[in-house]
Amino acid sequence: MKFPFGSVQSMVQMPLRSLCATIVVVCVTACGGNSSEPASTSGAAGASASGNVQINGAGATFPYPIYSKWFSEYNKLYPEVQINYQSIGSGGGIRQLTNQTVFFGATDGPMTDEQMKSAPGPILHLPAVLGAVVPVYNVPGIEGELKFSGSLIADIYLGTVKTWDDPAIAKLNPGVKLPATDITVVHRSDGSGTTYIFVDFLSKTSPAFKKKVGVNTSVNWPAGVGGKGNEGVAGLVSQTPGSIGYVELIYALQNKISFGAVQNLAGEFVKASVDAVTKAAEGAAASMPSDFRVSITNAPGAGAYPISSFTWILLYEAPKDAASSRIMVDFMRWALTDGQKQATELGYAQLPSAVVQMEMAALDRVKVS
Amino acid sequence: MRSRDIGFRLSTGAFAFVLASIVVAIGFELSRQSMLSIQKFGFDFWRTSTWDPVAGQFGALPFIWGTLYSSILALLIATPVAIGIAVFISELCPRILRTPLVFLTELLAAIPSIVYGLWGIFVLVPAVRSLEIALPDSLRALPLFSGPPLGVGMLSAALILAVMVVPFTSTVAREVLRTVPLAQREAAYALGATQFEAIRAAIFYARTGIVGAVMLGFGRALGETMAVTMVIGNNPQVSASLFAPQYTMAAVIANEFTEAADELYLAALVEIGLVLFIITLVVNGLSRGLIWTMAGRKSGRAAA
Repeated sequence: MKFPFGSVQSMVQMPLRSLCATIVVVCVTACGGNSSEPASTSGAAGASASGNVQINGAGATFPYPIYSKWFSEYNKLYPEVQINYQSIGSGGGIRQLTNQTVFFGATDGPMTDEQMKSAPGPILHLPAVLGAVVPVYNVPGIEGELKFSGSLIADIYLGTVKTWDDPAIAKLNPGVKLPATDITVVHRSDGSGTTYIFVDFLSKTSPAFKKKVGVNTSVNWPAGVGGKGNEGVAGLVSQTPGSIGYVELIYALQNKISFGAVQNLAGEFVKASVDAVTKAAEGAAASMPSDFRVSITNAPGAGAYPISSFTWILLYEAPKDAASSRIMVDFMRWALTDGQKQATELGYAQLPSAVVQMEMAALDRVKVS
Repeated sequence: MRSRDIGFRLSTGAFAFVLASIVVAIGFELSRQSMLSIQKFGFDFWRTSTWDPVAGQFGALPFIWGTLYSSILALLIATPVAIGIAVFISELCPRILRTPLVFLTELLAAIPSIVYGLWGIFVLVPAVRSLEIALPDSLRALPLFSGPPLGVGMLSAALILAVMVVPFTSTVAREVLRTVPLAQREAAYALGATQFEAIRAAIFYARTGIVGAVMLGFGRALGETMAVTMVIGNNPQVSASLFAPQYTMAAVIANEFTEAADELYLAALVEIGLVLFIITLVVNGLSRGLIWTMAGRKSGRAAA
């Protein structure tokens, strides 16, 4: 059996070419690093005099856009500080932090007690920004906004509400002419913080959902089709008449996808917005535990959007590398103040000031020398 | 001169040994990392179909089913097309068309699978959905076509795999057909064979190589991840229906590995990798065996 010579040759050539490109890039970055060194004498952020400091982190993909903006903005302010972040997913972030292959982690769902125990030292959860999940749907003949409650969405995802003209949907949407179309349920196929937030809310509002499905980054869905990523879910929903799905608020806003309003604990139907998400965090701040590991889905308070969540940065309370720790703590203080202002333009909700104050106090506990 | 020969032999032998040891190391590492799941579920992992990360209950049957079903379907669709292309290019094609056709089939192989996936979502899936809707109700009652017309599902996955497999199978089959000695064809014509009969004789002569080409395509289909996960619907169920959303082993690893923080969950995902590895080995072994028996029979007959 002979392989075609031409294609084998091109297969060999391609990696070589990209390798050359990589080498060039590495050279350029290395040279750039050297030339910026003399300029870093202004030594802010308490950086050591030895020059450039690199801090590596890994974790959630959901906050990646705001984190990478923060790290690049911070690098402009303090050129000697280089923070690298790999968005490998919350689970991967927790694993790498536990194995101490990265300095900080990031997650969309708080670490479990078991995970905390298996880490070599106490870990601090620091809320960075807020995100939300919205229901999207494609119902033939319906242009306007539909209203949902948590238990209704749970019943739809459990497969007990099967058609769009079901009395349970009609009751919440009086005056809307609902078609008799079958409901096609669309969920995420990849493990995701988005799924975690969504099923966390459904489990709080529906005991049946909690019992049958439960909460995790991926779950055993009783019905429906899975799409990969927000774009996969949105694509399936837009193409499948009669379907319902869920995506991140940011994704829906950026792509101008219309979404439904969801009933909160106070009984109001709230359409998600960055302000309504911040309100949910305000409502939850009163009962915030000192370790910040809290779910704020179905939060109390007027105007609070119920499918909201923190996304956390994870730090060891007493890391071995004190110099990096000092820089990271300085960075966090900046992210919680100046950095928060950049959140809204990227579609993330800002932390309420009460939470920021609690975090500032918590940062004092981190060992920096 | 002789010592240089020995050096050459040793160094190439070392490369071959590295290759073999990589395969062994992969198998060993996959088993080691999935030990937790192997101990907990044992053989039940292969034959149960609950995949519940919340409850910590893992069974791989729907993924094994989905992988084999989609790959075999893809093979059934792709093989006749690929052999047709190979025969046309090597035997019948006018010289002027030959180079562009060869170039185009090889180009198909070079397209990244994510691009196939996007094409699948935007072109193939809507087309499959309208086909599903157009199917008469009498046929829809058959288990093969049951379920709501979603577009995403087994049929879309098999079709996209078939498109991806065709260039591999056809390229190798074409090269194999080119190795058929000219004397073979001339002999066929001399006996008064038509063009069709002469080509049939050439295909028969090259059959071991063609089986190898088909198996290469099968291996490619088994491991394909990205394009399949974008169109298969990702629902772990064992269903004979072409319209049902299903799942494959490669897709579930790609989908869930990054967010799997729990030890057992992670071990179960790695064990899926191990199962895929074993199935790939078995398929390769079987195809090797098939080729050997066919080659053996041929040489036996030649000797007789």
